[in-house]
Amino acid sequence: MKKQSKLFMAFFRVGLLGYGGGPSSIPLAHKEVVEKYKWLTSDEFSDILALGNALPGPVATKMAGYIGYRVGGITGMFNALIATVVPTIILMILLLTSLNAYKDEPWVNGMAEAVVPVVAVMLFVLTWGFIKKSGKSKLGWGWSSVLILISLVLLEGINLHPAILIFVLLVGALLKKNPPAEKT
Amino acid sequence: MIYAQIFLAFFIPGILGYGGGPASIPLIENEVVDEYGWMSVNEFSEVLALGNTLPGPIATKMAGYIGYIQGGIFGAAVGIFATVAPSLILMLGLLGFLMRYKESPKVKRLTIVVRPVIAVLLGVMTYEFFHSSFKDIGSLHTVLIGGVSYLLMERMKVHPAYIIVGALIYGALVLS
Repeated sequence: MKKQSKLFMAFFRVGLLGYGGGPSSIPLAHKEVVEKYKWLTSDEFSDILALGNALPGPVATKMAGYIGYRVGGITGMFNALIATVVPTIILMILLLTSLNAYKDEPWVNGMAEAVVPVVAVMLFVLTWGFIKKSGKSKLGWGWSSVLILISLVLLEGINLHPAILIFVLLVGALLKKNPPAEKT
Repeated sequence: MIYAQIFLAFFIPGILGYGGGPASIPLIENEVVDEYGWMSVNEFSEVLALGNTLPGPIATKMAGYIGYIQGGIFGAAVGIFATVAPSLILMLGLLGFLMRYKESPKVKRLTIVVRPVIAVLLGVMTYEFFHSSFKDIGSLHTVLIGGVSYLLMERMKVHPAYIIVGALIYGALVLS
């Protein structure tokens, strides 16, 4: 039981201090899991991280769940996940529902309206970041632009559900033959 | 059955959100705003803004909160589970197999190929939010808030949480 409570505390700290997006949790997790509690070696940690990055979804929760499972079985897995995720969700629910209670006050309305351009700017920065990363990746600017244009037409022009487009691309990526020089 | 809907709404972004946490955001918006109509674009942006002021991955915070609003505590649990379970199960189950292939060009290709689509989805969201803002508070305030936010975030590297608090104060004082 002692191990489970340590597991909880370790990921509770990671969950609460991981400001700035998912990847910021990674060095925090490393500090807890590798340095403090020595549950994994640094090499094992980085292998798990590489594995986690091959799959979709937030990396912090994948790491928490998998490391929790490694360290403490199924209980450990749920333990680490809850510790990572639940505290901030509780905070969110508290903050947003108290905001909702005052929803009809003009100043609350003003607050809600003011926030929209900020989020729009954040999304713009994200969009641009993704476009740049795409251009610099193996895809290159040429193919990135082609894919961007095709996606735009399909998603906005004929309202194709994004899931279908993404699924098709994923399947295509997996089925495409590697050129002979790149055989694994 | 609301719980089945909550599960699907967050399961799909959970398995397709390649390219990091924020990649799930437009997919979640598509489900929550467009498909199920659980909230408007504006309401979604409030949740997103608040979510960005708190630590942790955005996808799970959104899933937990929206799941809670739609279906109480159990709804929150379903939302979180739907976001987290797919890749977690894959990770546990395919560990041996994936360990061999994690460096393979094919696996890397998955993120690479999905990224432009996510870029488009994010871009469309950006447009929708600006459009909504122009409609609600007008171009002057939108450009003012947006411009200052951009400068603070990108040039001066101020943490988004401070900017959001600043905007909330501006909104309470100036826009009410």
